[in-house]
Amino acid sequence: MRYLYYPGCSAEATGKAYDISTRAMMAKLDVELAELDDWNCCGATSYFSVRELESFAIAARNLAIAQQMGEDELCVICNACYTTLAKTNRYMADDPEVFKAVQGALGAVGRTYDGKVKVRHVMDILVNDIGLEAVAEKVTRRLTGIKVAPYYGCQFSRPMGTFDDPEFPTTMDRFFATLGADVIDYPSKVKCCGGMMMLTKAEGALHMCHELLKTAQDGGADVIVAACPLCEMNLEAYQPKVNKMYGTNFNIPVMYFTQLAGLALGVEPNKLAIDKQVVSCDRVIAAIPA
Amino acid sequence: MTELATTAQAKELHARFYHDVMSMPGGEKIRICQQCGTCTGSCPTSYLMDYGPREVIAAFRAGMIDRVVKSNTIWLCTSCYYCTVRCPAGIKITDLMYELKRLAIKYDLLPEDSKNPALTKYFVNSVHKHGRNHEVELMGKFMLTKDPGLAFKFAGLGMKLFMAGRLPPLAKNIKGRDELTKMAAYLEAEEAKAQ
Ligand code: SF4
Ligand code: SF4
Repeated sequence: MRYLYYPGCSAEATGKAYDISTRAMMAKLDVELAELDDWNCCGATSYFSVRELESFAIAARNLAIAQQMGEDELCVICNACYTTLAKTNRYMADDPEVFKAVQGALGAVGRTYDGKVKVRHVMDILVNDIGLEAVAEKVTRRLTGIKVAPYYGCQFSRPMGTFDDPEFPTTMDRFFATLGADVIDYPSKVKCCGGMMMLTKAEGALHMCHELLKTAQDGGADVIVAACPLCEMNLEAYQPKVNKMYGTNFNIPVMYFTQLAGLALGVEPNKLAIDKQVVSCDRVIAAIPA
Repeated sequence: MTELATTAQAKELHARFYHDVMSMPGGEKIRICQQCGTCTGSCPTSYLMDYGPREVIAAFRAGMIDRVVKSNTIWLCTSCYYCTVRCPAGIKITDLMYELKRLAIKYDLLPEDSKNPALTKYFVNSVHKHGRNHEVELMGKFMLTKDPGLAFKFAGLGMKLFMAGRLPPLAKNIKGRDELTKMAAYLEAEEAKAQ
């Protein structure tokens, strides 16, 4: 299997480990990821706040390049990139004005896009294309006894709910159960981490992260797994600030879901950039039965 | 819609908002808001907002959208889309929040204590310059200009991230970065033509 792949801007900085571990995990599953040529920022939520059509146009440039490369699908790992790119397709399909404006803007730089490249979240590909049975066959180090809190975040399945439920997604639960983990009942799994609010109104975002961390701890989680660079960063790196504000002492390992899955599939820890985590994951690795 | 907007600016904002919302796909559904409050009840930040999402629509109906545009509400929306997926009337409230942000920026009605508009601006600048968002440049610029105290508080964490190789100092430029500014210029020109 082969997919065209869009890493997203965070994959070059704070979320580097997500990119590295995705590539390593997919290689174990015999999936080749070919990076999209000269991709640009998806625009995230910020562009929508400035000019809506411009946000669709810059997102669509990526889809136009995919089309030009002769591909009809694009694999995305970041929840925010996923929603922005998929929303662009949806609005282009629903609104002829948007379609026309985006075509015009792309035309101004010699590009064209007909709206047909499907945007796929890596989790969607794992569960629906590769399939859990095929994944199960490749497991070499079952995550037996590891209590995992699956954190989906907002833009994994909201607003569109294309491949999973907007309020009660289960793909990550099922994926980790397949890897042998003890997936905990995590009632906060789709609640918001605060996103960029961590920089603009920290006490609000810390309040949200506190709840996410507390419910994970109450559920006995050994590790929280995330599917978005911003979620991962807020949950992991801001634990000391949450502790200061709430008098708690959280020190919960947080990993990209692809890192923990990579371990179960037999990738060496040093190939999964686990040393880039700021809360040490050593005890999680040590607890996985050899 | 009721016209309670008093000042010229309030009237203009009301008309602009109404026009823009009606031209969104499904935008006319704002008329069938039943004021049930599901959106506000689902919103993780409504407790911090001057006006919760339900009140945004109530204010619009009363011709008072100008108050919302100037409030902290829109800058506290995290785009979690909870309201949008739960609204029984199918109103895309998150998109309404984006529309309000655009109006606030366009008319320069930004709350003094809000740092969000600056972050948005720096983000867009960074993407126009490099084609990608360079996180280090964005965070650095934002903190130094808007919140030096935060830069200080962030120093310890920043160091940890840097040591882990998660804050590369150099930006990567894409080849087609002039395409982004060209597309923006094209859309701006089209918008000017339409008005
Ligand atoms: S959930 Fe929908 S119908 Fe209910 S108050 Fe909010 S916008 Fe109106
Ligand atoms: S999208 Fe914005 S307004 Fe809607 S629930 Fe989330 S934070 Fe509140």
